[in-house]
Amino acid sequence: MVALDDLAPIFQLTVREDALAGGLTVSHRGKTIVLTPDQGLASVNGRLISLSVPPVRDGKRWLVPIQFVTRAIAPIYESRIELRPASRLLIVGDLRVPRVVVRHELLGSQARVTIEMTPAAPATVTQEPGRLLVKLDADAIDASVQPFTSQDIVQSIRTADTTVTLDLGPRFGSFRSSTLASEAGGGRVVVDVLAAPEAGPAQPAPSTQPRPEAPPPVVTAPPGMRTIVIDPGHGGQDAGVHGASGTLEKDVTISVARRVKAAIEGRIGLRVLLTRNGDQAVAPDDRASVANNNKADLFLSLHANASLQHQLKGAEVFYLDADSYGEEPKKLPPAGAGERLPVVGGGTREIELIPWELAQTRYVEQSGLLARDIEEQMRGRVLLAPLPIEQAPLRALVGASMPAVLVEMGFLSNPEQEQQLASSDYQNTIAQALVDAIVHFRDDLERARAGLAYQTSAAGRRPRLPER
Amino acid sequence: MSRASVVGGVLVAIVAAAAAWILFVGLPRWYEPRAQAPGAQPSALPAEAMRKIKASLFYVSEDGLRLAPFEREVSFGEGTVEQARRLVEAQLETPAPPLTSAVPAGTRLRALYVSNNGDAYVDLSRDAQSGHPGGALNEILTVYTIVLALTSNLPAIGGVQILVDGHEVDTLAGHVDLRRPLPKSTRWVEAAKGGPAAPTGEAPRAPQGP
Repeated sequence: MVALDDLAPIFQLTVREDALAGGLTVSHRGKTIVLTPDQGLASVNGRLISLSVPPVRDGKRWLVPIQFVTRAIAPIYESRIELRPASRLLIVGDLRVPRVVVRHELLGSQARVTIEMTPAAPATVTQEPGRLLVKLDADAIDASVQPFTSQDIVQSIRTADTTVTLDLGPRFGSFRSSTLASEAGGGRVVVDVLAAPEAGPAQPAPSTQPRPEAPPPVVTAPPGMRTIVIDPGHGGQDAGVHGASGTLEKDVTISVARRVKAAIEGRIGLRVLLTRNGDQAVAPDDRASVANNNKADLFLSLHANASLQHQLKGAEVFYLDADSYGEEPKKLPPAGAGERLPVVGGGTREIELIPWELAQTRYVEQSGLLARDIEEQMRGRVLLAPLPIEQAPLRALVGASMPAVLVEMGFLSNPEQEQQLASSDYQNTIAQALVDAIVHFRDDLERARAGLAYQTSAAGRRPRLPER
Repeated sequence: MSRASVVGGVLVAIVAAAAAWILFVGLPRWYEPRAQAPGAQPSALPAEAMRKIKASLFYVSEDGLRLAPFEREVSFGEGTVEQARRLVEAQLETPAPPLTSAVPAGTRLRALYVSNNGDAYVDLSRDAQSGHPGGALNEILTVYTIVLALTSNLPAIGGVQILVDGHEVDTLAGHVDLRRPLPKSTRWVEAAKGGPAAPTGEAPRAPQGP
């Protein structure tokens, strides 16, 4: 638990206790969090969030769970807030603070020091008398050095600011270093420190190690898009479509979802969450809630199709048909336009009242844009159905409070497509197309945002989508 | 007058009366169109059972992407609810090949209600869910088969909510949101081929049912 009084100066919060209503109002630049003592729910700028522990009074101070920072303050704060409980770090603003793990191992007459970074940061290795410096280009590093026994090549390893220092021992001869990007968006610097030849002219044997290939370009995570939720359709008892040769829709969807996750994390370094990680049933509401509760910027539901006309082939992208929900969505206020409602204890407060189950109706336009990006990226790589973009009242999408689409990757009712859908080639191709589409969609949003000049992007602040 | 001539006279009279009835009543009735529009003059009960209306029923289009409307005769029902029931029952019948229904075979209508604001609640047997082969497109066509069978034939019905086994359901097979009545949507009706034909055009490839 942390005291609200301690958080207030850090985040420029105004804390006001409402004696009449018994509640607490925490505000920051016109945005408000309303807390009720002994209740695990708080209203953040009109949206309800849950807290693991309700706020409690301790004498004159109010204590809130540390989670309050990420769940309640972060949504109303203009800079990115990241909490790393393990390293007791709270990162505010768009700072590059990679997690760094330094390992040391002794390989015969050489010491290998591996510096793992998540996400990757450019590194330079320089030699100074008695030591090697690995400088990481980041605002700070969140480093841990795994303990090792000191020896006479590398005696100790220290970290300070953004530099990892290797203190060299008397047997130091030479070093070589290489940098490579790892699969999950991280990077790695390997420093091989070689012992000086004991005697004779023996040159260090030419390395038999294959040179690491040029690292693939690592695209930095875009401002404005941080979390993607992928929903592998069906699961558990609900196998979805059964192909004639036994392929089950639920197996295809989880397999592609995992490929997309790996590819996104490797290439664009975004956080990717799956609505199910194994073969289990997921309740319809829980699929969108995973995305809503994690403030995902994009929701992608994966499915495989079926038709009674077995010749029908091709992938389709669906987004919500808001017209199927009648007049109700049209009466909702536009995103961002809250209503001023009187609150207990006097005064008014801006509140957005959106039925949970209609959340998607306000993102239909963006979802359509995402659908077109996906169609564009799939075209030429996989067969598309004759009408590749469709709109329907889909249960999986309607509750999602962010751009959301459902991709039908092909028809399991067509024998040829069933074989494709079960193959890793086809699954990889689809996954790759989806990742490329996400990158395009992000760029589309950036352009739209630039055109809007909605909020200036000052250093350390991330512009927000007008919809959020 | 002999007894025989009396009998003969009566016979002649009967034959003449019968001929007159056939000529003036029977034949015109024979040539009358069999199907009568709803709201035609009330007639005796056996005739009532024979009365038909012309209605559009919906089957999977040849390309599988949409629903194709076919004009069919459906038995007449007195009032919106009864007519709605007859329409759904006709729609649930397994069509003769090559037509394919998107509704799983064996699905029965358990009950049908119409609310005051014109939403129909169609309670289908469990087969609608258990017999569903899945797939979003398939499921969309299943749902809109029922929605369109009612909304395109009965102007009084504005929306349709499908129930299964007496209960509200989330979906039939995981895709289409069935938690509230769905309004008529022509999005899923196949575009008329060749010119501005009526949406319920003739069905050349459909065999004429009884």
